Amino acid sequence: MQKQAIFQSKLLPYALVAPQLAIVLIFFYWPALQAVIQSFLLQDAFGLSSNFVWLDNYVELFRDPAYFEAIVRTFFFSFAIAVSSLSFALLLAVMADKPLRGSMLYRTLLIWPYAVAPPVVGVLWIFMLHPSLGVLARYLRAVGIDWNPLLDGNQAAALIILAAAWKQISYNFLFFLAGLQAIPKSVFEAAAIDGARPMRRFWTVTFPLLSPTIFFLLVVNIVYAFFDTFGIIDTMTRGGPGTSTVTLVYKVYSDGLLGGNLGSSAAQSVILMVMVIVLTGIQFRFVERKVTY
Amino acid sequence: MANVTLRNVRKTYTGGFEAIKGVNVDVGDGQFCVLVGPSGCGKSTLLRMVAGLETVTGGEIDIGGRVVNQVEPADRDIAMVFQNYALYPHMSVFNNMAYGLRNRGMKEAEVKTRVEEAARVLELAPMLERKPRQLSGGQRQRVAMGRAIVRQPKVFLFDEPLSNLDAKLRIAMRVEIRKLQRRLNTTSIYVTHDQLEAMTLADILVVMNGGQVEQIGNPLAIYEKPATTFVASFIGAPPMNLMSTRTEEIKSQLGGSAGDAGILGIRPEDFVITDQTPAGGVALPLTVEAIERVGAETFIYGSRAQDEQRVAATPGELPPGEVIVRIPGTEAPAIGQKIRVGAIRSKLHLFSGDGRSRIEA
Repeated sequence: MQKQAIFQSKLLPYALVAPQLAIVLIFFYWPALQAVIQSFLLQDAFGLSSNFVWLDNYVELFRDPAYFEAIVRTFFFSFAIAVSSLSFALLLAVMADKPLRGSMLYRTLLIWPYAVAPPVVGVLWIFMLHPSLGVLARYLRAVGIDWNPLLDGNQAAALIILAAAWKQISYNFLFFLAGLQAIPKSVFEAAAIDGARPMRRFWTVTFPLLSPTIFFLLVVNIVYAFFDTFGIIDTMTRGGPGTSTVTLVYKVYSDGLLGGNLGSSAAQSVILMVMVIVLTGIQFRFVERKVTY
Repeated sequence: MANVTLRNVRKTYTGGFEAIKGVNVDVGDGQFCVLVGPSGCGKSTLLRMVAGLETVTGGEIDIGGRVVNQVEPADRDIAMVFQNYALYPHMSVFNNMAYGLRNRGMKEAEVKTRVEEAARVLELAPMLERKPRQLSGGQRQRVAMGRAIVRQPKVFLFDEPLSNLDAKLRIAMRVEIRKLQRRLNTTSIYVTHDQLEAMTLADILVVMNGGQVEQIGNPLAIYEKPATTFVASFIGAPPMNLMSTRTEEIKSQLGGSAGDAGILGIRPEDFVITDQTPAGGVALPLTVEAIERVGAETFIYGSRAQDEQRVAATPGELPPGEVIVRIPGTEAPAIGQKIRVGAIRSKLHLFSGDGRSRIEA
């Protein structure tokens, strides 16, 4: 087996990878480097001068209780979003895996929400659950729930989790369905003959055999909840009421662009960057090697 | 211990396709029944109906005196060995075998005893802690067998259990399955497309074609007196030679004894190379087209001079005009040589013109 391609010219291979390299360098490494540099600087309010302050931005961040709150909140959101969207998607996938009429149609329909952009998801749910405009909000109040996510931080958080989880269900569903279809039908049949009732069959056969898919999706969903929920938060609550829906990513935006504290914002970006690297590392380490049963 | 009775069993799919067109089979207690037929004949569907994995749309399935049409697979007291073994990949060999027992709430000590006993019988004891992926094909097959026998069910169902094994192992496992079944004396239904497996394993052989039973009986009885041309060419390898009785050549030799018969069948091994025409029998002039020497015997592929009008209708049947002759040893005529082969009267099989019924002369 020949693995090395032979090029006549020594420059040709470099020329061929150049466009890709240029994109990565300009759109990833340069801004990332900028963020790292910025995180060591302190800028005045008008952006006229900046001082090198070593690690002051970081030290200040870790002394700020609001930052810790944001970390805890982000982890809680991620956990809640991942667990709720994974479990609901798994339920749907198990149902859709059954050979029923029109399965192609409803499988397609179940996948569609993934094509909806996060800000649109936010607007959609706001229309349903806005305290004065929302259709569902009326019913909630009718059954005696004092529904006002614009004032109640917990309700706002629930709203964000609901919308973010809903959007991710399609993606998870797709993977779960593929995972289920990869298990030979005869294994379920053998379990049925072996006297396992449907619930027991699910927990002792289906669930363990899906564990590699579940782990993969868990990582993907956490990354999603960390970073891709920005659009949803921005359209639905803008981090409010108070700071009750400010996650790490939203804080980067609000401190930097709204608050004008570019140094702190950059330091937060760098911390987030490290988190992504760790998460991706975990994913590669386990997914590449596969969680085998 | 139980007998299995199928009464006019039918299966029609929602699209209107009739997979099983009324099957009647009676398997006695402790008997080994083999369903054999070409792919698509409905044999696997029928087995899955007995297992409860397919619904029954007509007739009755009776296991041990109880009609089980509406009974869940788990409650039919059967065990099944699948073609792909269907082992639980995330469980150890021990847990694979113990799963069915634990699901039924058996005490762990009893589970251990039963699994270890099965492992001893199947020579799986050293690999009880391994996962299925760490086993060879033959070992997986044994685990699948073990999973069936630990349950001590009333009926074993086998769905082409040996078709994923290589030829040598297949023969070895075939013998083992037979020995095991004899010793446990458990009623068994076994599906295969391999007529050799069918012949060697069966107490009762059920030959199926197109969702119907062609013939039921003792394997040797079926071999000696096939009821239809389909059975005649499906059971036996190489297949029985079938030829029209309408040609002048054969008509004159058979004389009046042909009666209503339209098709004459002669097994390859019933021919002898001879210059004489056996009394009351049939002799054919052949041109040798090909020779296959397999050691103990030799197959001669010959073509007849006469044009053959009949068309090969069923799978496994020889093309018209071709005749296979099986002779012991390795001595054979040369290719292109003209020979005469003959068969005696008692070795001739006569069938009606449509091949659907046997005619006893």
